[in-house]
Amino acid sequence: MTDLSRTIENTHKPVKGRSLWTDGIRRLRKKKLVMICFWIIMFYVFIAGYVQIAEWTGSNWPANWDESTGQKYESPNSQNIFGTDIFGYSILRKVLYSTKISLKVAFFASILSIVIGVPMGAAAGYFGGFIDEVVVWIYSTLSSIPYILLILAFALVLKDKTIFGCKLAGATTVYLAIGLTSWVGICRLIRGEIIKRKESEYILAARAMGCSGGRIIFKHLLPNTFHIVIISFSLRFMSFIHAEVILSFLGLGEKNKPSWGAMIDSARLDLPKGYWWEMAAATMAIFFISLALNIFGDALRDCLDPKLKTD
Amino acid sequence: MLSYIIRRSLYIVPIIFGVMLVTFLLFNIVRGDITDQIAGKAASAETRAEIRKEFGLDKPLFFNDEYSPFTTAFWDSQFFNHLKSAITFDFGYSYNDRELIWDKIKRGAGPSLALTVPMLIGTIVISISLSLVAAYFRGKWFDYAIVLLSITGMSLPFLSFILFGQYFLAFKWGLFPVYFWPDLSVWQYTALPALIGIAAGIGGNLRFYRTVMLDELGNDYVRTAYAKGLSPQRVLFKHVLKNAMIPIVTQIILAIPFLFLGSLLLERFFGIPGLGYLMIGAIGSRDDKIINAMVYISAILFVIFNLITDICYAMVDPRVKFD
Repeated sequence: MTDLSRTIENTHKPVKGRSLWTDGIRRLRKKKLVMICFWIIMFYVFIAGYVQIAEWTGSNWPANWDESTGQKYESPNSQNIFGTDIFGYSILRKVLYSTKISLKVAFFASILSIVIGVPMGAAAGYFGGFIDEVVVWIYSTLSSIPYILLILAFALVLKDKTIFGCKLAGATTVYLAIGLTSWVGICRLIRGEIIKRKESEYILAARAMGCSGGRIIFKHLLPNTFHIVIISFSLRFMSFIHAEVILSFLGLGEKNKPSWGAMIDSARLDLPKGYWWEMAAATMAIFFISLALNIFGDALRDCLDPKLKTD
Repeated sequence: MLSYIIRRSLYIVPIIFGVMLVTFLLFNIVRGDITDQIAGKAASAETRAEIRKEFGLDKPLFFNDEYSPFTTAFWDSQFFNHLKSAITFDFGYSYNDRELIWDKIKRGAGPSLALTVPMLIGTIVISISLSLVAAYFRGKWFDYAIVLLSITGMSLPFLSFILFGQYFLAFKWGLFPVYFWPDLSVWQYTALPALIGIAAGIGGNLRFYRTVMLDELGNDYVRTAYAKGLSPQRVLFKHVLKNAMIPIVTQIILAIPFLFLGSLLLERFFGIPGLGYLMIGAIGSRDDKIINAMVYISAILFVIFNLITDICYAMVDPRVKFD
């Protein structure tokens, strides 16, 4: 009896519901390891932002990576904690500067793939019919070409091209090549999710109110599938960083500025001579952010949408 | 069933046509005139015209309007020659050394397969056995160690595996030859690259197979098997492994087309004269025709093996619907 009365009493209080996001973030914050990974990612983002601002404001450190700070091939010491390379440049500065280039490439590639993939997936899923068939045909075609070969072909063709009066060079080519080839995954995910959701009642209600197709997609369906974009973003970011490394290494990327791939490329010839520090620094820089993104992305998926198949 | 197979096979036609379109778009339209790169910047106008003529780059892109559509000359354009060369698998000559591209590919396939086949087998055997053990000890420290190992393996860049592996195992400790040499036997020069490839590939595969095993363990038939009183080993190796075979076999069949691609980076570092090495060389010298041929061939292989998996699915798994 007392239980019942308490229940009745409770119903009078307004119960504040938790949205998918607050609930997910609440659960994420309970996991220590995940939070550590989150702060590692933030640390990298901070470095990239700091270097960019330092470059804009003309401030010296660490944008002045091309300034010798010691003899050539100094092993790690108190002056240069990661040592120096063949020109006496500080490896630490190069790593910090590379962080900017690599994160920028991965970020723009992600944005590009979202901008292409999400509307196409949404349109295909919502309208069905001919549009759906065309979109499915395009992404089946692209996904039947091995990923690395496709990126290589795009990067090779786009390199040193002039499009709309802008000359594509260095990092721009890399993120165009990655972005134009890797929207397939997100497009497929969004299409599947929209097909699942477009039969639900709130869409029926919106349609009964006379909403247009575009309004239903952008105002109702996409906000409800946005967590998929975020999960895929955090999981794909790592593969974009690794793709940038390989492209820069193959000479299709940034030439005159250091990036992690370019650092590995220049360290390749130093390694047999026993100068391991540049290689080690670049490897560690890639390793920590990949590890953090991996763990954080998985945890994010587990919290927001555990059934999502992202592989 | 038969109608399903026919329908499914016909579906590859638009995909292959799409691949042809993509390669045409990339290499003929976006790329534009590349005679500069073939002939060098100092070449005279006549040399360039000759080269253009040699590779058919002087022809119109789609249709030759000067002729009527009922003559063959009307169809003698870059686009239709591209389609023709793709359908007949005649990719012509390389820009740089005027060798038949098909000959180059045939020559490179052997060394590439000698590297990638042991790599695939090693990766699969090791990661499936480790994933079974991890599933057996799920939630215990061994499982956590496996997860940690796989995430670490996935996070390290592939280039670091190669460079440090080559430096320590071959150069410093002299366990393997550092570089390809024609006198070496196949086993000698592919041993180290294959080992490095296995080490780098285990991370992702191990994680995939572990997820597959754990997904299977959540099914009802596992509970039934335990309820019958079967030992955990028997459940795992007899029942779970058998049911997990579908994703495993899919994964393996879909990995086969990539075997023919070779490994770009491993072949580059160890000087193995395979298809990966061929492609790296083509990127360096901007030899589009080789890249074009490789994109096309690998896409065809992928589509065909995809078809094979789907048909196998339909034959093996009675739950697949034919519509």
